[in-house]
Amino acid sequence: MTRAMPVPSVPGGRAPAETFGLSGRIGVEREGFSLDVALDVEPGEVVGVLGPNGAGKSTLLRAICGLVPLTHGRIMLGDAVLDDPEADVMMPVNRRGIGVVFQEYRLFEHVSVLDNVAFGPRSAGSSRAAARLVAHPWLDRLGLADLAQRKPSQLSGGQAQRVALARALACNPMALLLDEPLAALDASTRLEVRSELRDHLRDFAGPTIVVTHDAIDALVLADRIVVIEDGLITQQGQALEVARRPATDYVARLLGLNLLRGHAIDGEVTVDGGGLLHVADRSVFGGVLVAIRPNAILLHADRPDGSARNVWTGTVDGIEVIGDRVRVTVVGPPTVMVDVTSGAIAELHLARGDRVWLSAKATELEVYRG
Amino acid sequence: MSRRGRPITSPPRIVAIPAVIALLFLGLPIVGLLLRAPWSNLGAVLTSRTSLDALRLSLVTATAATMVAFVIGVPLAWMLARAQFPGRRLARALVTVPLVLPPVVGGIALLLAFGRRGIVGQYFESCCGVTLAFTTPGVVVAEAFVAMPFLIITVEGALRVLDARVEEAAATLGAGRLTIFRRVTLPLLAPALVAGGVLTFARALGEFGATITFAGNLPGVTQTLPLAVYVGLEGDPSEAVALSLILLAVSVGALVLLRDRWLRTGASA
Repeated sequence: MTRAMPVPSVPGGRAPAETFGLSGRIGVEREGFSLDVALDVEPGEVVGVLGPNGAGKSTLLRAICGLVPLTHGRIMLGDAVLDDPEADVMMPVNRRGIGVVFQEYRLFEHVSVLDNVAFGPRSAGSSRAAARLVAHPWLDRLGLADLAQRKPSQLSGGQAQRVALARALACNPMALLLDEPLAALDASTRLEVRSELRDHLRDFAGPTIVVTHDAIDALVLADRIVVIEDGLITQQGQALEVARRPATDYVARLLGLNLLRGHAIDGEVTVDGGGLLHVADRSVFGGVLVAIRPNAILLHADRPDGSARNVWTGTVDGIEVIGDRVRVTVVGPPTVMVDVTSGAIAELHLARGDRVWLSAKATELEVYRG
Repeated sequence: MSRRGRPITSPPRIVAIPAVIALLFLGLPIVGLLLRAPWSNLGAVLTSRTSLDALRLSLVTATAATMVAFVIGVPLAWMLARAQFPGRRLARALVTVPLVLPPVVGGIALLLAFGRRGIVGQYFESCCGVTLAFTTPGVVVAEAFVAMPFLIITVEGALRVLDARVEEAAATLGAGRLTIFRRVTLPLLAPALVAGGVLTFARALGEFGATITFAGNLPGVTQTLPLAVYVGLEGDPSEAVALSLILLAVSVGALVLLRDRWLRTGASA
């Protein structure tokens, strides 16, 4: 594995000669904490690592990029060993060629946006001028050209996030790690930054790991989801698959999302397989995904006369108790999962085959290009 | 001002009396210095041979002592803040000793270490023919001994609160330890380096006890401004006052530089 002069893989038009998968078993033992996770990420694949706080998500990223040594296991990038405690091999952080976008971005406050992005090429030995030449196309690509001379303290959250991404990509990394890339953003910018980020990650040729505790981030950004709880993988698979069949209470609560594919025109989404949903966001057109949290849908015995703009009927197909909630599958169209309390089940006398009314507010439906 | 609107956390008015006394106590000596200064023949006194020699020697040695502090003190601060090694707590305590040690005692200690018969000084003498005691380099040694802790403590404190996470980010971008230090850590430390440097320079400039004990009081060779002031006081007090004015000006200058340039912007950044 060689790291020559960093060449921007997309802006310069030259793709990296070769891409490698990231694989291995990441074992980190610390007092009162242990992480043991086997991962295999293909080039071009985006894996979303989901888990509650303290599950070991950040430690996983820190181990892969070399900020935390493994205590057991092994990390490989293609054929190159990044860390192998048994063989006493540990490639230092700065030679791994793994780009990291940190949660708080960690930009260099003392230099301009341009020099933040030029930092990697400069560290690889380029002159200041040459490093800036490498940085410029990345600024253009991420829409930061106008901000090149700004200091990081003068940026909005979304802009800082893009600078952090540009800075990591300008090193022409072999793999990309993102730690809660959207957590520091407020809700309004989050939606936009999320879909931008997804487009950028799709253009990246190497393996990518995105750590998040937000289900929608994971579903939008990742091709595959790995759920970590208490340092161990509790579930993994295709995003939609994991969402449909949560294996643990945590996954059910967090990720048991209704994801409906459809076609949007002016705030109305025609769902594939039938049904029409109203969404608050009228700016998205064409093929979309609509996400509805199961607890955002209400069940009624009779037609509700509240203010919810989405009202439809369906037949109860399954009733499952997961932890302290009950998940009811209602065949529509559209078919959805609804989380209710056990008290509500008793009140509605719900049983399989019952006809029920469903309602959901338009503002509870998240819609994004899919 | 009426009682209404005075915050409950503001002190009772009686406290103003000792507070004013303290302020006068600190301020009156400066006023005295300014009032009694020989303003009419200030030029003549300050351009006398003794004064010019002392001023030049003070500036040269204080600058050299500050440079020494930067060259060896900053690495020590870096180690104390970030490296794990046995005896680190002891080392940190050792650094603060010159701050509390009476400078005269420091001078004697320096003699016993680096003097002609000192535990290390005797080898300097025999192997390299270097003598420190009672020479101009000796002045630099005395000043650095007393003043360097200011730089070390300032920089170490800044390093400890500096966000190491930014340095981690630099490592993931391909920067090695030295590159990180040079291109990330040092720029972020700049306010602390300037503050520590100014404190060190000011302390070195005013150094008296260790200098006179270790380096002596030879005009043109080891007689710095404070020493010249002391000598002047016994012969020509007006000269002593004039020379004191220079020291006062430099000290106040350092203070202003610290406050306006760095302390404020450093605190808000």
